[in-house]
Amino acid sequence: MTAENVVQPDSFEFTPESLELAKMHIAKYPEARQASAVMPLLDIAQRQHGGWLPDAAIRYVSDMLDMPYIRVFEVATFYTMYNLKPVGKHFIEVCTTTPCWLRGSDDVLAACKKTLGIGPGETTEDGEFTVVEVECLGACVNAPMLQYDDDYYEDLDAESTTRILNALKSGEKPKPGPQNDRHTSDPLGGPTTLKETA
Amino acid sequence: MLADKDRIFTNLYGFHDFGLDAAKGRGDWDGTKDLLAKGQDWIIDQLKESGLRGRGGAGFPTGLKMSFMPKESDGRPSYLVVNADEGEPGTCKDRDIMRHDPHKLVEGCLLGGFAIRADAAYIYIRGEFYREAENLQAAIDQAYDAGLLGKNACGSGYDFDVFVHRGMGAYICGEETALIESLEGKKGQPRLKPPFPANVGVWGCPTTVNNVETIAVIPTILRRGAPWFAGIGRENNTGTKVFCISGHVNNPCNVEEEMGIPLKELIENHAGGVRGGWDNLLAVIPGGSSVPVIPKSICDTVRMDFDSLKDVKSGLGTAAVIVMDKSTDIVKAIARLSAFYKHESCGQCTPCREGTGWMWRVMERLVRGDAQPEEIDMLLDVTYQVEGHTICALGDAAAWPIQGLIRHFRPELEARIAGSSTTQPRAA
Amino acid sequence: MPKLTIDGQEIEVEQGATVLQACEEAGAEIPRFCYHERLSIAGNCRMCLVEMERSPKPIASCAMPAGDGMVIHTNTPEVKKAREGVMEFLLINHPLDCPICDQGGECDLQDQSMAYGTGGSRYEENKRAVKEKHMGPLIKTEMTRCIHCTRCIRFATEVAGVEELGAIGRGEHMEITTYLEKSMTSELSGNVIDLCPVGALTSKPYAFTARSWELEKTESIDVQDALGSNIRVDARGPEVMRFLPRLNEDVNQEWISDKTRFAYDGLRKRRLDQPYVRRDGKLQPASWNEAFAAIAEKASGLDGSRMAAIAGDLADAESMMALKDLMTALGSANTECRQDGAALDASVRASYLFNSTIAGIDEADALLIVGSNPRLEAPVLNARIRQRWLAGGFKAGVIGEQVDLTYRYDYLGAGAETLDEVVKGSHSFSDVLREAEKPMIILGMGALARPDGAAILKLAQDIAVFYGMVSSDWNGFNVLHTAAARVAGLDLGFVPGEGGRDMDGILSGVEGGDIDLLYLLHADEFDTDRTKNAFVIYQGSHGDAGVKHADVILPGAAYTEKDATWINTEGRVQLGRRAVFPPGDAREDWTILRALSDVLGKKLAYDNLGQLRARMLEAAPHLTAVDSVEPAAWNDFGEAGELDSAPFRSAVQDHYLTNPIARASEILAECAEIGVSDSEGTGTDG
Repeated sequence: MTAENVVQPDSFEFTPESLELAKMHIAKYPEARQASAVMPLLDIAQRQHGGWLPDAAIRYVSDMLDMPYIRVFEVATFYTMYNLKPVGKHFIEVCTTTPCWLRGSDDVLAACKKTLGIGPGETTEDGEFTVVEVECLGACVNAPMLQYDDDYYEDLDAESTTRILNALKSGEKPKPGPQNDRHTSDPLGGPTTLKETA
Repeated sequence: MLADKDRIFTNLYGFHDFGLDAAKGRGDWDGTKDLLAKGQDWIIDQLKESGLRGRGGAGFPTGLKMSFMPKESDGRPSYLVVNADEGEPGTCKDRDIMRHDPHKLVEGCLLGGFAIRADAAYIYIRGEFYREAENLQAAIDQAYDAGLLGKNACGSGYDFDVFVHRGMGAYICGEETALIESLEGKKGQPRLKPPFPANVGVWGCPTTVNNVETIAVIPTILRRGAPWFAGIGRENNTGTKVFCISGHVNNPCNVEEEMGIPLKELIENHAGGVRGGWDNLLAVIPGGSSVPVIPKSICDTVRMDFDSLKDVKSGLGTAAVIVMDKSTDIVKAIARLSAFYKHESCGQCTPCREGTGWMWRVMERLVRGDAQPEEIDMLLDVTYQVEGHTICALGDAAAWPIQGLIRHFRPELEARIAGSSTTQPRAA
Repeated sequence: MPKLTIDGQEIEVEQGATVLQACEEAGAEIPRFCYHERLSIAGNCRMCLVEMERSPKPIASCAMPAGDGMVIHTNTPEVKKAREGVMEFLLINHPLDCPICDQGGECDLQDQSMAYGTGGSRYEENKRAVKEKHMGPLIKTEMTRCIHCTRCIRFATEVAGVEELGAIGRGEHMEITTYLEKSMTSELSGNVIDLCPVGALTSKPYAFTARSWELEKTESIDVQDALGSNIRVDARGPEVMRFLPRLNEDVNQEWISDKTRFAYDGLRKRRLDQPYVRRDGKLQPASWNEAFAAIAEKASGLDGSRMAAIAGDLADAESMMALKDLMTALGSANTECRQDGAALDASVRASYLFNSTIAGIDEADALLIVGSNPRLEAPVLNARIRQRWLAGGFKAGVIGEQVDLTYRYDYLGAGAETLDEVVKGSHSFSDVLREAEKPMIILGMGALARPDGAAILKLAQDIAVFYGMVSSDWNGFNVLHTAAARVAGLDLGFVPGEGGRDMDGILSGVEGGDIDLLYLLHADEFDTDRTKNAFVIYQGSHGDAGVKHADVILPGAAYTEKDATWINTEGRVQLGRRAVFPPGDAREDWTILRALSDVLGKKLAYDNLGQLRARMLEAAPHLTAVDSVEPAAWNDFGEAGELDSAPFRSAVQDHYLTNPIARASEILAECAEIGVSDSEGTGTDG
């Protein structure tokens, strides 16, 4: 939770782009309710800081929103999407909750292990990849799946997982979505409803 | 089977553009001003008459819930909060609505928000749905640009704003008061009730929290009339419903169907049937991970609606059907859910904080058969010790899957302990 | 007023009461851990579950408002089962290390598991272990014992007004901590030790020094500030092991400051435990007789006008009375209890009291603070102001230092000039005071202990009159003292008599050779270097500033070592009680003076404490009203004069080091080193 042995930067501040984004979020909420923007602002900070949230960023956001550090720290430790220690350049989140597990998330993890040499919670030595196990990502009819960056890769098996990872290794970004012939959440082989409009 | 003409989410799969023009082509934003002109009471009456029950899991009558909001402001603004924190394992319907048919939700926000005299709507979408949030925001921006939202929305004289707020990874924020806390910039820990959100909700103001699907069906109900919606399904369980069919079926999918459709028909007609045929079915979790599992014998005949599933000691929940065939290690499938609830417990109240970890640890031992026979009853007792004793329903949700497992699969648990199980250990 | 039925008994309760409170009133005991009367309701422990008819689930009685017609059951098998269940959950990850836990014997978890638990545990898994958290020099943590009731968090956030404690993580990994394990920057932090229902937060200095059941408990009064907090002194044999607060709604509610709580090690160090006499320029141990003889020799034939006495901040009322009587008998009018030279007018009692009373803060709707930092001068009183502020409909303004008081205030200005504007009604805060129904002013020593103190006092009175702070049922004119002895000194007339010298008069008298004999009674808070030229008698408990130039030292008793009267800043008469005996040859202070008077041939007319107290009543009849406050009559006071442009500065700068006992305390020295809040202003944004 509190990450030990992490080299923390001394300071943090938003880039002009981040600051503009932050202001846009703060403006969504009623006056004096700027604390509501804490989650988006921490997210902006994390994105700016290579996928993890250093202490300095937590304090920076606290100060910006006039919140006590401990309140922001509570938020940062409560929500799983905040990383409090550095992660690999490619952050792979594999869902292993029951619906994905039923359809072979073990194979996806195994493919990660085989291709990258790391198990859940580990980062490759070159700092390129981190693999984590996550709880249900809400794409259960396209199970098993993983999230990379902001995209879902769905209907995976060992082979397609390996293909995706290898593509990432070689600097490409594979096409997100189902990795079989489906369009989205429609049944494989074509929809059973709305056929005329499909 | 529901006819296509009665389907609300005609772009569920995203074969078409989600944007405003295409949405208008599908009938969205048609005569919204006129609907608003009929007044708040009319809208709420229509919703009551339609029989619409909340699509987020609890199934509370939507019109009734909205009627709890103050008719006159005491100076505080009112808010509509849309629960788009879809995270119940098995469930992925709101995702499709937001990425493929977002204008239904946005228009629903305006109409629903107007009905409860809200000043604005905040859509709380789970953080992982980044692309969905992008589409949703794009739809909102389009609506503003077209004068459908904002000052004098749709030319109605009513000012209404819609904002998107992204979560950052916490299943518990799907609980309405935890969601409100989170929206206020805090940890998502459920609040004590009373006071209820309709009195003291977000930022201390009257608030109604509704699920995405609930809000998104409102415009169509109002346009086509309450009797139309009420005529689908059966009494007290009316309308259409987006079902999510996952697990051991040939073609997992989302599909909008009639409330009360037989489970078997749903699976066979839309999901290509159970892997290996209906007889290869072991069990189904019919309403998302929180509801008790039901064995094949019940699946043979049960209908998919609130009351039918309640009658068989399970629930419709989010209508997320998780199918498990006979190859399934059912103990492990449920143990994985126990791990989920332990992971997602907010930690606030004692029975859930301590109980979810305890139950999970015993479940893990049961997977291996590393237990004493009397521990099955002990575990069952612990689930009852959690159930009903917590601040929110997460405790119940953690208890029920285990209760369902013991109710229907006790012999399997006993066999594992005795070392005579035939399915253990087994991957999916 | 809702009427409800509890276990078959009908009961009517106050509107706004909870079901738990209703149950208590009906005599049904409800176990609880997270619930605390003075904190917001968390409802998280679930121990207080009861059955309510027509509710499908048991309800948390602490969080449920009592409603008309509710039917509650607290003694059904279901309720018993629910409590046993919660108890079992609380214990599965609790280490059960009671034999080595300082909370043992006074632990809610222990007691309630006795009453509501089952005999054993069914938990076969490994227990959770949680790393201890650093929370500063006062609070020891053993977080594996934590039951996550969040009382400490709520106290810090709500009462202390420092949002520094929180619960990080979630689920079974939730942990209570400060941000990055920094010390709590509150002068009230020790109260979380009392609030913690288990042994997760215990007293670090007290750790492993005693078991609670072997301690002798004495109810007494604190002297670390002028609040007169009600305390319990826990002693073992000759040693005070700890201080705990006692409940007194009118004074300290149930809180005490860290200084109050942790000063006890100062009672063991730097003690004067035998008389000394200066011989050949060096202080040498002496017998009482030798010490008295040395004084008698010096006093012999000396005119009273060449003698003077100063009573310090820790002098008890009895010894001040005795010293005053002795000085009078010796023909000296040179008596002074205002070591800091504060322009307090002993002739008008209302001019030097906190007239509204401390509890009166709850009723006030506007407050003007002048020359005081109540957070450092009386932290518990400051928390009461914060409590009032939190309740809403209350505005505060400050003239003086701009520091974080834990509540918002309008910052009006730094010194007398601003005060003058307020008197003239021209300041923007004037409207607040004018519109208030029960406005009050708090005047600190920082405004009075300066050359223009009398003029400031006059201005303060003008403000009180101008803004209607004084009426038949309300007196919002409040002086906040910093010395526990001060009000008793003024009440008993320990001020210059006819033709007598005041503080500066005495000291310049010494310097000018007009004063030959100076008697210091627990007096250390002034520039004692100015006493060099006189024959100095120091009577007190600690070897501090006062003994520096002493010629005779008479070892007295600290506040825990004597039965003594203390009068707090409100004028409340309270009795401190002896918990332990003074060390070595030290004696209760009044008996020293009584014995000395005999040697000097001016034998005081009281042989026991009862007679002395009767004498005190003669001098100050209101002292009869023990534990209560006698309203003081309003009259003119203060003196118009030139104002000094220097800004007001709080009389307390080193909060943890204000008196000899505090300065002897290593615990408080550590607190002083860490420092309290960084004095950041909340300023005019309020």
